[in-house]
Order: sequence, then C-alpha cells, then structure tokens
Amino acid sequence: MLKFKLTNLNAAAILVGTSMLFSACGGNQENTGDSDLSGSVQIDGSSTVYPVTEAVAEEYRAEAPNVRVTVGVSGSGSGFKKLVRGDVDVANASRSIHADEAKTAEQNGLSYVELTVAYDGLTVVVHPENDWVKEITVEELKKIWEPSAQGKITRWNQIRPEWPDQELHLYGPGVESGTYDYFTEAIVGEARASRGDFTASEDDNVLVQGVSTDKYALGFFGLAYYEENKSKLKAVAVDDGDDSNGKGAIVASLETVKDGSYAPLSRPLFIYVQSKAVERPEVVDFVNFYLDAAGELAQEIGYIPLPDNLYDEQRQKFEQFVSGKGAATAKQQ
Amino acid sequence: MTNSELNRLKDKAFQVFGIFCTFIGLVVLAIFLIDIVVEGAKRLDWDFLTSLPSRRASKAGIMTAWVGTLWILVLTTLIALPLGVAAGVYLEEYGKKGRWANFLEINIANLAGVPSIIYGLLGLEIFVRQMRLGSSLLAGALTLSLLILPIIIVTTREAIKAVPRSIRDGSYALGASKWQTVWNQVLPASFGSILTGIILALSRAVGETAPLIVIGALAYVPFTPSSPLDEFTVLPIQIFNWTSRPQEAFLTNAAAAIIVLLLLTFLLNGIAVYLRNRQQRKVKW
Repeated sequence: MLKFKLTNLNAAAILVGTSMLFSACGGNQENTGDSDLSGSVQIDGSSTVYPVTEAVAEEYRAEAPNVRVTVGVSGSGSGFKKLVRGDVDVANASRSIHADEAKTAEQNGLSYVELTVAYDGLTVVVHPENDWVKEITVEELKKIWEPSAQGKITRWNQIRPEWPDQELHLYGPGVESGTYDYFTEAIVGEARASRGDFTASEDDNVLVQGVSTDKYALGFFGLAYYEENKSKLKAVAVDDGDDSNGKGAIVASLETVKDGSYAPLSRPLFIYVQSKAVERPEVVDFVNFYLDAAGELAQEIGYIPLPDNLYDEQRQKFEQFVSGKGAATAKQQ
Repeated sequence: MTNSELNRLKDKAFQVFGIFCTFIGLVVLAIFLIDIVVEGAKRLDWDFLTSLPSRRASKAGIMTAWVGTLWILVLTTLIALPLGVAAGVYLEEYGKKGRWANFLEINIANLAGVPSIIYGLLGLEIFVRQMRLGSSLLAGALTLSLLILPIIIVTTREAIKAVPRSIRDGSYALGASKWQTVWNQVLPASFGSILTGIILALSRAVGETAPLIVIGALAYVPFTPSSPLDEFTVLPIQIFNWTSRPQEAFLTNAAAAIIVLLLLTFLLNGIAVYLRNRQQRKVKW
C-alpha cells in the first residue's frame, strides 16, 4: 500500500551535511590573462553610480581576469555603512559621507578617500504639452519643494500668477535615494527636508511614466532618464540667479553640466576607497583603472565625464592616499 | 413571475457574475504575460542565458543570475525541508495540545504573514554578521528558509492531519513504535502533499528580492558561484536592476529575464502538480 520510501528525505539530510562541509572552503576560479594580479575587489553602494562601476568592472575583466570584482546596489547609505566597517573595499556614493559615518570609520581605525568619477545633472521636467513653463528659478523651486509648501502650494498660478490655475502634481525620487538628498540640499538648503505630498518612486522610470502622462506634472530625476525619453518630456531651464556661472536660465545637457554652468543641480558621483583595502595591490590597480576609464564609460552610460584635468587630480589624490599607507603596502607585497 | 422563476434568474445572474469575476483575473494576467512575451521573446536566446552581466544591453546575459537562483533554490530546500517537516511532525504527532501549543500555532501562522524584508533584516544581523557568513549563498538560503518555514510547517501539519486514524492504529496494533509509525506510515502517506507545499513555498522564495538585497546579494557578479560561501546574484535582483535603467534595451532584457523566471516558477509548480497526482494514485484508503 505504502511503498513510497523516504529516500528523498534521507538524501536531503545527507546533502545538508555535505553543504555545511563545503562551506568551509571558498571557491576559486582560475583564469589566464594579461595581468598576474588576483584576489577580489568588493564594491557596494549607490544604484546611481552602479552603472559606471559595472562598466568599469566589465572592462577590468579583460585587464585582470583573475581579480573578482563584485558590485552591489544597496544604496549610498548602506554602502557607507559597509565601507566604514571594512566589509567592502570600495563604496559607490551619490552623496558625500556623513559626519556620523565618518566617525564610525575612525572608531574602526579606517580612513578613506573620496574620488569623483563623473557628474550627473538633475533635470527638472514637465509634460511636453506644458507650454507655460520655459524656465524656472531656484527660488521658485524652493517655494514648491520646501517643507512648509505642503498642502499650500498646490496650484501652478501660486508660483507665477501668469501660469494656469491648475493643480500642480509633483514627482520625485524616494527619500532614501541620494538624488533626493542632493536635490533638497541644493534647492531647499537642507538635505532631506521637503514636503511629503509628492509622488515618490525609487525607480526613475516610474517618474518618467508619471510626468509623461500628466499635463500638470513637475518632476526631477537624473539627466540620463531625460535623454532616453526626450520625446515624452520637456526639460525646464533652471536659473540660479548667479550670472557668474552662466547667464540666465540654463538647460541641463552634457556641456552645461560639464562646464559647471548648470548649477546648482549638477552633482558629482563618487567612489570611496578605504585604507585597509589599498594595502591590496588588486584594489589599487582597479581604482587606477577606474579613474582612467571612467570618463569614456560614464558618457557611454548617460552620465557626464569630468574635464580631463580633474581626472588627473583624482589620480594624484588617490596616489597620495595610497602612499600614505606606503609602509603597509610594502609589507604586504 | 413565480418564486421559482425568480430564483432561477438569480441563479443565472450569479453564474454570469462568477464568470465575469474569473475573467478579470485571467485577462489581467493574460495582458501581462502577452506584454512580457512580446517584449522579451526576441531577446531570449542561448547567448542571453550564457552571458555575463554587461553595460551593453545587447551583450548582457543572465548566467550568473539564474545559476545563483538555482543554488539558492537547492540550498533553501536542503535547509527548510528537514526543519519544516520535523517541526510539523512534532507539532502534530508529539506535541501536547494545550495553551502552549495554541500559542505556538498562532505565532507560526503570524510568522507566515511577516513582510519578507523583516526576514532580510533578521538574516543580515544573524547570518551575515553574527555567524560571519558574509553576503553568501548560504546566508541567503538560510534567510529564505526562515521565510518559507512557516508555510512548510503549516502544510506539513495539514498533510499529516489528513492521514486517517486507522492507519496509525493499524501500525500500533502490529507493535510499531511511535517513530516507526511516523516514519514508515504517516510521512510516506502524506509526503505528496508535503512536497506540494514545499514546492509552492519555494516558488515564492524564487521571486523574493527584498530580503536578498538587504543581506547584500549583489547586482554585478562576473562569475558563477562554486560553493555556498560565494557571493551571488539572483534573477529577481537582475530584473529589478534592469527595469530601473534609463535605456529601453535594458527593459527588453528585463522582460526576457522575467520569462526565464516565469518558466522556472511554472516548472516548479508543474512538478508539484505531478507529484501530488502521482502520490494520490498511489495512496488509497
């Protein structure tokens, strides 16, 4: 009647045991390639910086196939948390490190270096049929987004009387993102301070979708998302009221972000490298490769490269950081 | 209109309403599936399955992702199956009914409703940090095991409950001990249903992203894992990553990866149905 034996259960029990045994030894895949470096480089952090790092890691495989580079996307904050604990070698970040994070690093006996790898322009966008907004000032953006605007600034004509008496619908990145951090800091003057009654999404494609289907929408997100969806959106020129860095209102583009005239909404993207990690030659090699390749790759992905002399500066900065650990490096090798 | 005519009319109306309700769900699902298949099918080929992740959408593949998903599946099964089944057997066959048993029962039912990200946070603290497993396959599998344990325990109990009293009595009458009865009679008789429950639980685990991102599963892994302590990525994370990219081509990739994930889930569910049918034919009371 019941011939079904529990062989499956037995096999399962045995396999659990073996897998526990397995876990004692790490796996290694050996490849042959140009460089004799081996080891691993562990990276985590911002999902905004991720595409650049992914591209660099991909290219680096041709350079040093035995170095295992892995990249996570847990967010800038989480990336820093792991960096200051020494869990990862490099952190991707779309904002600078906070004071409390820096303090933890110190407590753990770690120092770090901040390297700028590319720029991103935060583009203010509206629906293509929106024919009244051509440009907007930073003051007006502040009036729209500051915390006290919640529930009060709800119609377009409250910003400028000549704009239509229609509801204003706001779209922006989620409050956990570095993009939101940066925007609030640049516009409202305080990071993470803004009204709460806007449509927020961690996925910028959702914001694109929202603004492109809502005639009375106003939103902001990274330049790459605007560039890919130009036909469905209209970028608004932003006037920072400071004529020394370009006169009048300026639209985000590769040129205006690169030369710094699209202020204050162009932001730098960083990688952070910690001091313990640069004792390993593969990490140093990878970061140098990163700084060499970042300009070209950033552009390919939709970000804006730094001017060449700034990449030189970053290289020098990194070199100094590494040589500050010179003694340790020598011992390791 | 007589009373019986009215009743017949009501009956008919409810039937139409029922058909309508059924179709809402089906139509939505069909639209979703057709959209995904139309979008993704053109991208689906052997290269896509065997390529490493890449910044170029046309070159990018999901090899590390689906291998990672497979690893996670196998490890999660190996961990969750014995634990869940043993817990279910204990609660149903050995545990004394009483206030304590009620308390346990309610808590297990509650655990099944806890959002998955909470399990991720738990896994991060216990497996990744305290047990120092790092963001490894093993840590991920342990976390997902916790996630699906309540489901397995509940299904195991239901399956064991369905075994008739007479089978146990017969076994005892022949002099078998409690353990012998459970191992040789009760478990084999209920194993089909238990397996079905486990596979359904696993197909939930396969689609989980949040807890794995929390424990630090990666997005770019240029090698397939070779041991449970290796770092990994899984299909849902790869899909999540691609859908948030600005370039259209990555969305196509995401659709293709979704097809693979769907096929995997269908396969699992198919196995569950097959096992259940086979078992039902075998066991007759």
